[in-house]
Amino acid sequence: MRDKTQLTGLETETVNSAKTRKPLYAARQKIFPKRASGNFRRFKWLVMTITLGIYYLAAWLPWARGPFAPDQAVLLDLANRRFYFFFIEIWPQEFFYVAGLLVMAGVGLFLITSTVGRAWCGYACPQTVWVDLFLVVERAIEGDRNARMKLDAGPWTARKLMLRLSKHTIWLVIGAATGGAWIFYFADAPTLVGELLTGTAAPVAYITIAVLTATTYTFGGLMREQVCTYMCPWPRIQAAMLDESSLTVTYNDWRGEPRSRHAKKVQAAGQSVGDCVDCNACVAVCPMGIDVRDGQQLECITCALCIDACDGVMDKLGKERGLIAYATLSDYNANMMLATAGGSSSINPSLVRTAGGLFSDKVAHFHVSKIFRPRTYVYMGLWSLIGLGLLYSLLTRDRLEVNVLHDRNPQFVTLSDGSIRNGYTVKLLNMIPEPRTIVVTMQGLQGGEMSVVGDDIKAGRSFAIPVEPDRLKTLKVFVRQPADQIHAPAQTFKFRVEDRASFEADEYTATFNAPEPPR
Amino acid sequence: MSDEHIDEISGVSTTGHEWDGIRELNNPLPRWWVITFYVTIVWAIGYTIAYPAWPLLHSATKGVLGYSSRNEVRNELTAAEAAKGKYISAVESKSASEISADDGLREFAIAAGGAAFKVNCVQCHGSGAQGSKGFPNLNDDDWLWGGKAEQIQQTITHGIRFASDPDTRLSDMPAFGDIITADQIAQVSAYVASLSGKVRDASLIQPGAKIFAENCVACHGDNAKGNREFGAPDLTDAIWLYGSGETAIAAQVRAPKQGVMPAWVGRLGEIKVKELAVYVHSLGGGE
Repeated sequence: MRDKTQLTGLETETVNSAKTRKPLYAARQKIFPKRASGNFRRFKWLVMTITLGIYYLAAWLPWARGPFAPDQAVLLDLANRRFYFFFIEIWPQEFFYVAGLLVMAGVGLFLITSTVGRAWCGYACPQTVWVDLFLVVERAIEGDRNARMKLDAGPWTARKLMLRLSKHTIWLVIGAATGGAWIFYFADAPTLVGELLTGTAAPVAYITIAVLTATTYTFGGLMREQVCTYMCPWPRIQAAMLDESSLTVTYNDWRGEPRSRHAKKVQAAGQSVGDCVDCNACVAVCPMGIDVRDGQQLECITCALCIDACDGVMDKLGKERGLIAYATLSDYNANMMLATAGGSSSINPSLVRTAGGLFSDKVAHFHVSKIFRPRTYVYMGLWSLIGLGLLYSLLTRDRLEVNVLHDRNPQFVTLSDGSIRNGYTVKLLNMIPEPRTIVVTMQGLQGGEMSVVGDDIKAGRSFAIPVEPDRLKTLKVFVRQPADQIHAPAQTFKFRVEDRASFEADEYTATFNAPEPPR
Repeated sequence: MSDEHIDEISGVSTTGHEWDGIRELNNPLPRWWVITFYVTIVWAIGYTIAYPAWPLLHSATKGVLGYSSRNEVRNELTAAEAAKGKYISAVESKSASEISADDGLREFAIAAGGAAFKVNCVQCHGSGAQGSKGFPNLNDDDWLWGGKAEQIQQTITHGIRFASDPDTRLSDMPAFGDIITADQIAQVSAYVASLSGKVRDASLIQPGAKIFAENCVACHGDNAKGNREFGAPDLTDAIWLYGSGETAIAAQVRAPKQGVMPAWVGRLGEIKVKELAVYVHSLGGGE
């Protein structure tokens, strides 16, 4: 006889289980994740909306930079070698900012993993987000788990063909939208969308869309969990990052075992019984096709959907939530010792409860202080240090620079009056999107004078020259020193460049060569 | 070959090949792969009809599309020439000094002239145009035959002491070893050296000046500043083509060495010569 609180157990086979694992050449078994609902599912919807929203829309945000620079907030202008991110403009030689951000992302990932486990995999990884999106489409068209399994097993009818066709079409459309959104970061988005539709965009745009459509469709629609399990290196690396204080999605078998579908009956027979009713709800929702009750597994991306599924069941049974929950290994071990009376017997869930059926005070629960431990301090310190370093560098960086190349062939030229001339290629970098007048002055080199090739500039010791916005200006400058002022075969002097309006300045120390005196 | 064996896990029959218990699955090629394979064969047949492909006794089939890689190169070269065309015609129609004054045109001429210089001129004048003993440095402000862009162009066009060009720059300093005595040579050398530096025996200067006035002023001028009409060098400046100092000057007075440069217009054409002139003019000494 069925208990009225007894739930219908799902007839579920675990697809990816160590016990039934087949050789790698065996065909993949399809996974049909059931729709979950609950707090974590809601959180995942939120993360999905935000991440996809950023990806699809950020290229369209405007950002006013004046008449001499593009007004797209995020733009990687590869043709002109300029990178725009809101108020920041980066020249190619400043690419270390991007490298720094990547290092921060790496350390940040260590920090997240050592505290809340594979949260990246479970919530924010593009593979997870897009698979989630593709599953939404699949469910909307083919129905939930059971309907999809039935459809998949059934013969090819007109209806099945229709459903499959529309599903794959929508997947391809999403794939194309994904590839399409990508290219808008590399050109003026409104112009490019017009060119795309009229077929006049650059071939590389269409190729990029085609490639990204193919990868999105294949990874998100067809390969899904196989990408995480077989292709991605991160699961392997993360195994080394977790420690006994990291939160992971855990089946608390110290309160769940021995599991039984007929709890009352077993109890009546005088045997102990745990909270797990073996309904397999956790297995049915798992997008990786594993059974979380088998313990920590490489395949688990900690998407926490099994927590939602199990909490729903526990609510119906009137038991505490958290049979599957985020827990640290140390808490889990402590509770396990409690339930097994110090490891001397098999699990007896009554040991963790008081006579009234509530959890005893000895049961360990996660406390926020566990996040703060030496290891995470190191990660946090490193992360903030790099961040502050980048920020400092960004706030104090030069927007006016001078680079000088000394002519090497010939190194110096003797002129008819005996004076010596050296040639220099002077590059003025105006790194702001406004035109500026730059004053170039030479400091040192007694009696030396400059002249600029090609421009009608009276040079002497100092001259002013206009430089276009956001551009580099190359000047050929000759410096000449009278014979009687030369006191060494190699003297140094400075090229100083100034913007007198903003008081920005930069200097370059150059060498002036003269012939060796006869020995 | 053994009897039929079906692999348990995949349900696929095996080929009967077995090594130490490992059997080879008899999986057919994927259908999409086979279809692609046949499509490539069909494509290849069409391709060999459309493009040159089949070898014949002395040539090969031409292909119905009329493609040829030589034509393609020719077209690309024509396109490149056409792209340069507007600059070339501007260079042709303007004078060397007009080109020097025009920013865009100067840049083009310097690039083209620089390339021609590297091929034709570096053998004597050096890769940096710095010259060496007997070969003038083109970076400096001392010009034997004139440092204006047109004068440089004239020099490159017709050469110097180049017998087969009637318009060549021509001058000939006599070998004074046959005309004046060795003592007089020492005196005039001391005088010339004194114009730009110190000499060992100041008593030679006075008689040297007299000899100079009698023999040298016709070409080198009263003040020894030289004369570009004859390519006669300025003897008062710091630049010495055949070496400074009394000994080197005396050697040059006794039996002068005189440089020869070919006329380049026949080989390079007027436009290239004009570009070379603009390039040389830009090196820093141009007037």
